[in-house]
Amino acid sequence: MSTEVKEVEKAVEKKSEPLFSKKNRKLLSDPLNDSNPITVQVLGICSALAITVQLQQAVIMSLSVLFVMIGGNVIVSLLRNAIPDRIRIIVQLVVIAALVIIVNEVLKAFLPDISEKLSVFVGLIITNCIIMGRLEAFALGNKPGPSFLDAIGNAMGYAWILLAVSIVREIFGSGAISFPGMGQVKFFDPDWSGWMANGGFYENNNLMILPPMALVVVGVIIWIQRARNTKLIEEN
Amino acid sequence: MAVNKNSNGYTFFFAIAMVVVVGAILAITSVSLKERQQQNDADKKRMDILGAIKVESTRQNAADLFSQFVVERISVDYSGNLVEQASGKIDPNDKQDPFNIDVKKDYRSSIKGIVKTSGKNPEELENRLANADVNYPVFKCVKNDTTLYVCPMVGTGLWGPIWGYVALEEDFQTIYGAKFDHKTETPGLGAEIKEDFFTVKFEGKELNLEDPKTMFSVLKGGAVTNEHSVDGITGGTITSKGVDEMLNRTLPVYVKYFTNANDQRAER
Repeated sequence: MSTEVKEVEKAVEKKSEPLFSKKNRKLLSDPLNDSNPITVQVLGICSALAITVQLQQAVIMSLSVLFVMIGGNVIVSLLRNAIPDRIRIIVQLVVIAALVIIVNEVLKAFLPDISEKLSVFVGLIITNCIIMGRLEAFALGNKPGPSFLDAIGNAMGYAWILLAVSIVREIFGSGAISFPGMGQVKFFDPDWSGWMANGGFYENNNLMILPPMALVVVGVIIWIQRARNTKLIEEN
Repeated sequence: MAVNKNSNGYTFFFAIAMVVVVGAILAITSVSLKERQQQNDADKKRMDILGAIKVESTRQNAADLFSQFVVERISVDYSGNLVEQASGKIDPNDKQDPFNIDVKKDYRSSIKGIVKTSGKNPEELENRLANADVNYPVFKCVKNDTTLYVCPMVGTGLWGPIWGYVALEEDFQTIYGAKFDHKTETPGLGAEIKEDFFTVKFEGKELNLEDPKTMFSVLKGGAVTNEHSVDGITGGTITSKGVDEMLNRTLPVYVKYFTNANDQRAER
């Protein structure tokens, strides 16, 4: 996993700026496309590949990351003038770890089945470079308000890729879509209608379930994104 | 008064304060959610036991089905002597109840160390296992008028713990069903032990009662199997070996108990 955060935002240090000014709106929208943490910065790939077998898992994972991200960004931003420089990485790590443990405990208590499926990956949110990167690059130098927006933006940027990948993988891998709390809705069920009676028109593709296919799907998303958004194309 | 943020004193103070605050928050979270988590674990255990006797259950109906099918909960010691017998409602606070024996914890705290340090010497292993203060739970179930005995077991896979429930038929030799699970085995490889295609191979197989050291074998890829063995998982050799070790360490204990119980019945 790449640990480099390419862009280091300059501290936004203007006073009494409205929360939804143009600059702040950009904090929300940029990570969705121009500086998407997964497809552009190529961070947090590990978890994106591992848990996108089912939509349901991707939703819970995204919500967990959203929670940790907002919590981490806001807490670190609030403490930014008190944190000693020498131990700032450790402080960030402790904040993230604590939030992740809370998420893990809550999942275990209220969503035991999903917690089992996500298994180690919730714990591994701690090592998700997106979160550490945002704390180091943004929250340490900005006020809680913008940090909050930045957290939502980046978590959403992470989430939409996860959801897109998991939808593709689940439809073609399991022939179904699983909505949280509703169970699976079968798409390619042979008994579904008459014209599908002879085995249906689609066989479940087990390759889609395997992690390598997640990489391919993410690759395709990156391809489409760069084809549409030409400023992302790097020059040699 | 301006505080020097980079002085040693301030750094120490900040670190200590942070650890205390974070520790307190985590402790509160853990304590307040514990009861629910234990409830979930107990339901999962019921589902696994029911799974071993091939009764489908969900978290919602596990408790009902469990009380319907499991007629007796028994715990035995290493020599196969009966320690505790219980039936009816389970009290989650009763440490003596065989249902509340945490086989995973027992394995982690005492058996794992014994297996690790004396794995090469069967006699020493036997001796030390016999002296370990561990009880083994058995669940007596009745399904369609046949009596089945579910034996829980725990072992080590490649990355972490694996565990299983093996249901034996009334002859104490034929395997009725088995259910395995793991915590961190590799998806697609060792993790396959929990899939049906693997567990279904156990059904109808027999324990080799003549040879208590290898009562049942999980063989490495493609080997010829007989009624005392199954084929392992391709690409999951170490996990398969873990299942093999777990079966051959735990099943003899239960067999000793079943033989004892049989003898007593014959005497009467």
